[in-house]
Amino acid sequence: MANAESNYYIPHGSHWPFVGSIAVFSLMVGFSNYLNGASWGTYIMAFGLLVLLVMLFGWFGAVIKESESGNYNKQVDVSFRWGMVWFIFSEIMFFAAFFGALFYVRVYSLPWLGGEASGAATNSYLWPGFEALWPLTANGPGEIGGEFKAMAWNGLPLVNTIILLTSGVTLTWAHHALKANHRGQLIIGLALTVLLGAIFMALQGFEYYEAYNHLGLTLGSGVYGSTFFMLTGFHGMHVTIGAIILFVILIRCIRGHFNPEHHFGFEAAAWYWHFVDVVWLGLFIFVYIM
Amino acid sequence: MSTTTADEHHDDHHPSGIMRWITTTNHKDIGTLYLWFSFIMFFIGGFMALIIRTELFEPGMQFVDPQFFNSMTTMHAIVMIFGVVMPAFTGLANWLIPLMIGATDMALPRMNNWSFWILPFAFAMMLSTLFMDGGGPAGGWTLYPPLVLQTGDAFPFVIFAIHFMGMSSIMGAINVVATILNMRAPGMTLMKMPLFVWTWLITAYLLIAVMPVLAGGVTMLLTDKFFETSFFNAAGGGDPVLFQHIFWFFGHPEVYILILPSFGVISSIIPTFARKPLFGYSSMVYATASIAFLSFIVWAHHMFTVGMPLAGELFFMLATMLIAVPTGVKVFNWVCTMWRGAMTFETPMLFAIAFIILFTIGGFSGLMLAITPADFQYHDTYFVVAHFHYVLVPGSIFAIIAAVYYWLPKWTGHMYSEFWGKTHFWLSTIFVNITFFPMHFVGLAGMPRRIPDYALQFSDYNQIATIGAFGFGFAQIIFLGLVIATIRGGVKATDRVWEGAEGLEWTLSSPPPYHSFTTPPNVKGEWNWFTHQHYETVKTRS
Ligand code: HEM
Ligand SMILES: [Cu+2]
Repeated sequence: MANAESNYYIPHGSHWPFVGSIAVFSLMVGFSNYLNGASWGTYIMAFGLLVLLVMLFGWFGAVIKESESGNYNKQVDVSFRWGMVWFIFSEIMFFAAFFGALFYVRVYSLPWLGGEASGAATNSYLWPGFEALWPLTANGPGEIGGEFKAMAWNGLPLVNTIILLTSGVTLTWAHHALKANHRGQLIIGLALTVLLGAIFMALQGFEYYEAYNHLGLTLGSGVYGSTFFMLTGFHGMHVTIGAIILFVILIRCIRGHFNPEHHFGFEAAAWYWHFVDVVWLGLFIFVYIM
Repeated sequence: MSTTTADEHHDDHHPSGIMRWITTTNHKDIGTLYLWFSFIMFFIGGFMALIIRTELFEPGMQFVDPQFFNSMTTMHAIVMIFGVVMPAFTGLANWLIPLMIGATDMALPRMNNWSFWILPFAFAMMLSTLFMDGGGPAGGWTLYPPLVLQTGDAFPFVIFAIHFMGMSSIMGAINVVATILNMRAPGMTLMKMPLFVWTWLITAYLLIAVMPVLAGGVTMLLTDKFFETSFFNAAGGGDPVLFQHIFWFFGHPEVYILILPSFGVISSIIPTFARKPLFGYSSMVYATASIAFLSFIVWAHHMFTVGMPLAGELFFMLATMLIAVPTGVKVFNWVCTMWRGAMTFETPMLFAIAFIILFTIGGFSGLMLAITPADFQYHDTYFVVAHFHYVLVPGSIFAIIAAVYYWLPKWTGHMYSEFWGKTHFWLSTIFVNITFFPMHFVGLAGMPRRIPDYALQFSDYNQIATIGAFGFGFAQIIFLGLVIATIRGGVKATDRVWEGAEGLEWTLSSPPPYHSFTTPPNVKGEWNWFTHQHYETVKTRS
């Protein structure tokens, strides 16, 4: 509730969005120059990252302060909710592009290269003898990236699945505790979730190490390597971001933020975490098992 | 609550000068920024078009080298789509949606600021590539691999600029959805919303659904070029055609992103000047929703010639033709709205009528292109260029211009000059046809698109097109002058501005107060588009 005259709350102006643009702009320009072979690009990137961190602290800091001083009314809360829902929807569509690529490769392009359907001529003229098998020959008819072994689903990935699912449970427990105003359980549940997230990331790091060093599986291992690393890599990036968000929420909980009725920050982080969880299930099924 | 009151005061004493615009969270300020950005980009993109048309005035190579020519066609498209039409619509959304639904502002005002302030940075990055080693991107705005992977230093900048624009669009769209779903005044039910609001709600949904897919696709281009992936490399098991699928899964909904808000604009203007309620309000809503749904399952009509399985060709042909049905419903409804209306022809109405006729021509050529065997002939010819320019220039751009004439008195508090408005209209309408109509003929005769040179027999029509293009370009200078003149002064506009205007925005003063509705108006009664009852707005508190 803003004040007696108005039913609306409008935040005052802010320079943080502009600062954010400078940050992202620097990151992109720096990275582009780096990719074009200019090593000084990394300095511009470092600058961009620094500005980005300052922006994130400043912007979220302002929002948290406004929220904690009770400025936000019900309507603001609902706006935030819609904002988060649609943001997560956009993230789902981002992953959909990569899943789509995976399905297309498996259902169409590889079989065609192997001579099926309209691919007969391509196969016999360009790559006679190429057999479309997944994942054995998925480094393609040009055998790009050399021999590799696929990542088995029943080792680390299975452990990681269990870890991530468990983290969903601990997070839900923390949420119930918050609603029942059991601050102790809230903090334990949340801390466990962050910890499980960190273990997941560590294990995935280890998995990548194994892939590169013992399986011969790299980003360059044909289309199997492309889809494997891009899907799991973007997912890992999202886990990292989600864990950082949850960590911030944990600190806020320790500082006594949120109450049983008013805790959208917590819920948004939880939604994000569950989204990351569900994407992992998709990965586990379609990238590892099938 | 003392803190909040401080905030309110903050708003009243917003910073002045450049800082006002950089830090603003006000929907009108941000709308204005979007519209000016779009206007500036319109002249930049237009300048590029004139370079293209100059080179094409005669066969043979005259003024520019082929590489630069190709980067002009690529950049012209990117600027016009991402820099002109999309920001203009977002600007209109910012200005109008809160006014139309009786809100004080957008739902997420700071994010609103960021969506805008990304654009100048993204386009600085995009345009700077023209001066890099290897020139700007020259493989077409569709960015097909493997050709686009030959781009020089510009390549990563182009990819990241697209990511950046995508962030802006997604944030802008999220804001629109949150605003419409959460900020409506009491009594403003979904089926009472003006169609501009409806069409934008659906457009925003499309944006959130497909911009991330484009981001994913261009990310794969980036990793294919720099990180050894094989998404689009057949030797690695991938397929260049995969990129086309990803691109057009974004691309076809994108063309509806470029037209749906225009439908909303036209649906506002026609009833006002026909002095009749919109014919078939609810069928308009359902038609818009059907178009949006269908737009997700027609993308491969851009790829009929890549060698898809027959079942695919058939499916995409039939699905595409299906879109003509809801589109036809819209055109039918607009015509029926005018039927036996008490019409007057002020400038916005003229542009709206031209929109209906000329957009429909573009829809018809679209239907021709949708016929797979026919498209085998038309694909990548000037016929396609004629098609999309008919839907985009006298379509999207005319609707944006109509919207500006229609709401400019509301925004500025001054009436524009009807004389210069009509002059602008007639010059634009005549020249747009001189420019684009002949392209149908050269296209059917076999002139390919995206080339700097052509066979002798195409000369006449190309010369006509070039003359038209210059005429159209110069006519827009009248528009610029008119807008500036109207902002600076003129006859005072009334609150309602147009005798037949309906909707909440007309209940506010012209120009409206800095914060639109500080208390939600009460949209009472059984008002709807059929019974044509006026809004009764009651200030719940003074
Ligand atoms: C009845 C409605 C429509 C139909 C049936 C239709 C059909 C088509 C088809 C089949 C093509 C591909 C032609 C080819 O490349 O061989 C095409 C291209 C195109 N259409 Fe449409 N279209 C329609 C409406 C629109 C609208 C409303 C817009 C935008 C406002 C639009 C913008 C475009 C653009 C930009 C291209 C060319 C893309 C490129 O290759 O660069 N179309 N259309
Ligand atoms: Cu299309």
